[in-house]
Amino acid sequence: MHAFFDTRKHPELVWVGIVVVAMTLTALPFALAGVGTAWVRITNSAILYVFLALGLNIVVGFAGLLDLGYIAFYAVGAYTYALLASPHFNIHLPFWIVLPIGAGIACLFGALLGAPTLKLRGDYLAIVTLGFGEIIRIFLNNLSQPVNITNGPQGITLIDPFRIGGFNFKTSQTIVGLDFTGPIKYYYFLLIVLIAVIVINLRLQNSRLGRAWEAVREDEIAARAMGINTRNVKLLAFAMGASFGGLAGGMFSAIQGFISPESFILVESINVVAMVVLGGMGNVWGVILGALLLSFMPEILRYTVGPIQEQLFGRMLLEPEVIRMLLFGFALVLMMLFRPAGILPSALRKRELESVVRQKYE
Amino acid sequence: MEPVALPARKWESDPSFGHNRGRQAPHVDTFLQQLINGLTLGSVYAIVALGYTMVYGIIQLINFAHGEVVMIGAMVAYSVIVGLVGAKVALPPLAIVLIGLVTAIPVCMAVGYTLERVAYRPLRRAPRLAPLITAIGLSIILQHLAMIIWSRNPLPYPQIVQTVPYHLTDSPNGATITNVQIAIIGGSFAMMGGLLALVYRTKLGIAMRATSQNQAVAGLMGIDIDRVIAVTFVIGAALGAVAGVMVGSYYGVAHYQMGFLLGLKAFSAAVLGGIGNLAGAMLGGVLLGMIEALGAGYVGELTNLCQLSDWSTTIAERCETDPNLTLFGSNYQDVFAFIVLIAVLVFRPSGLLGERVSDRA
Repeated sequence: MHAFFDTRKHPELVWVGIVVVAMTLTALPFALAGVGTAWVRITNSAILYVFLALGLNIVVGFAGLLDLGYIAFYAVGAYTYALLASPHFNIHLPFWIVLPIGAGIACLFGALLGAPTLKLRGDYLAIVTLGFGEIIRIFLNNLSQPVNITNGPQGITLIDPFRIGGFNFKTSQTIVGLDFTGPIKYYYFLLIVLIAVIVINLRLQNSRLGRAWEAVREDEIAARAMGINTRNVKLLAFAMGASFGGLAGGMFSAIQGFISPESFILVESINVVAMVVLGGMGNVWGVILGALLLSFMPEILRYTVGPIQEQLFGRMLLEPEVIRMLLFGFALVLMMLFRPAGILPSALRKRELESVVRQKYE
Repeated sequence: MEPVALPARKWESDPSFGHNRGRQAPHVDTFLQQLINGLTLGSVYAIVALGYTMVYGIIQLINFAHGEVVMIGAMVAYSVIVGLVGAKVALPPLAIVLIGLVTAIPVCMAVGYTLERVAYRPLRRAPRLAPLITAIGLSIILQHLAMIIWSRNPLPYPQIVQTVPYHLTDSPNGATITNVQIAIIGGSFAMMGGLLALVYRTKLGIAMRATSQNQAVAGLMGIDIDRVIAVTFVIGAALGAVAGVMVGSYYGVAHYQMGFLLGLKAFSAAVLGGIGNLAGAMLGGVLLGMIEALGAGYVGELTNLCQLSDWSTTIAERCETDPNLTLFGSNYQDVFAFIVLIAVLVFRPSGLLGERVSDRA
């Protein structure tokens, strides 16, 4: 069995694997649609979470800067899309223009937040980013006065779906005998972007910049001594992470068709942090696994916890949402105590987190 | 003029909820009134900030779950007070509140001790991010346990102590200070004094200061470091319990999420004063309370766009129908603490009274 997976001796097996994975991913939405269209939507939102987790992974995993307000960049991207492609201001720009704008503005916000705060030590940075996330949410909630920009807590509705010429991603249509619903079309779009994002992340990790991040994360002073401009490198991590968040936010906006500040609360930031931590900080595949696990978990809980409780107690004692949050909390604590490097740890991170040598008796 | 209130949540818009003890009739003497409200709020922040700063001073880590300890304190006292009132115990109202307080303190101490044992002690040698993440996890667990035990709805604190406003000036509309406010301010300052005496006058205080200076050497001098650190967490949690009861009885509401924003603001206060510095936490707390109260009180007036009526006809037209056309209203109140936090960290990371420079990687 082991020999079967030995890709070093049988390099052609890699291609077989790629073909199998590609076929599975292509067929997946139709299989899911058989179970219920809701599952295609859930998969789409899981892919969005993968984007977010990968973006945050650049900041937390690669550069080692804990960002607890990451969802703010998601919000910036989402609101940029919503404002530039909805009846709210009656601007209807096409998505291939708005998505990059959203990513760019999120990137700008990332740099804005990063510039004054990056000289701070890790735990301070965590709290400042958390405060930043709250500031953004408070502004989104209140910027309906005196000029109505964000429409306050009501949020923005009727956001344009993706459209290329006459091809609308929202409507259902039949192509070569297959029934393509809106979510299925979005799924393929997201899948293509996802593959691009994964490739970018993998290449980034092994790039000159990726190695610089790693050096800064391991020992900032030593990194500076090696000639790395630590401030710029950290700033880049922040800005790049933020632009991935902004990109994901724009897509979220279009797919949902409706956004409000409610979607960008602190719990969401912590959710994404938990995905990164659980999967394995710094390891792209681990982070993807963490994001998929945690975004499918609430749905699975919804279908299992309720009926089990009804069976045992005759009524619903704890809502699935509460159980999910409790599991979250326990997962974070237990992971840090017993497997600090995550489910699929990156080799370097593992060495760092499990070393006990770094005792600080200063 | 509305005094500073808890984070604007849904129940805030419902005037029938709680008894809004902090609210008073509109005052002519806004400045003095806001100063008093700010001082009240600030002394609560100061006590919570002491919890952060003590832990930071001794192990250089942020106790992220401290806000949740405050929340548990408010919740436990709520249950006790409601229970006693419901059982029609013939005790003076003040005694009932004190019993609630005395019950909340040991519960919070136990929570604080558990926090230290679970989240911080096993990870004392791990990189900084690890205990921070465990503390976030514990914070989530505590919040949702509180939600399961109590309720997901805000709980109205029973109004048993009659609020009596005292006028500070001769004018009948002048600024007032209530007995509850006096109790909060007085109690806070008494506790701060007690804590200072503990840290600078007792053997335990010497042990705490030694541990914060150098754990290894303190250990060599015969100090039980684990015990001292645990005691620090427990004392901070006891202070948090008192703060929780104060917040609960001041606003008349307790909620399972109240600890988050309160904790964040108190942390900002600790940073403002210089984290790790006891006097700094007190100063920072009081200052932050005043900044918030005055900020919320005046931001509407300062950013009133009608002042620009001469410059723009559009604004002038809108001001005819709406003279309160402001850019930022008091609903931005929660932003001030974060702006202060970011400003301090950027311009003076060591805080007002701090010596420690916080750039160790």
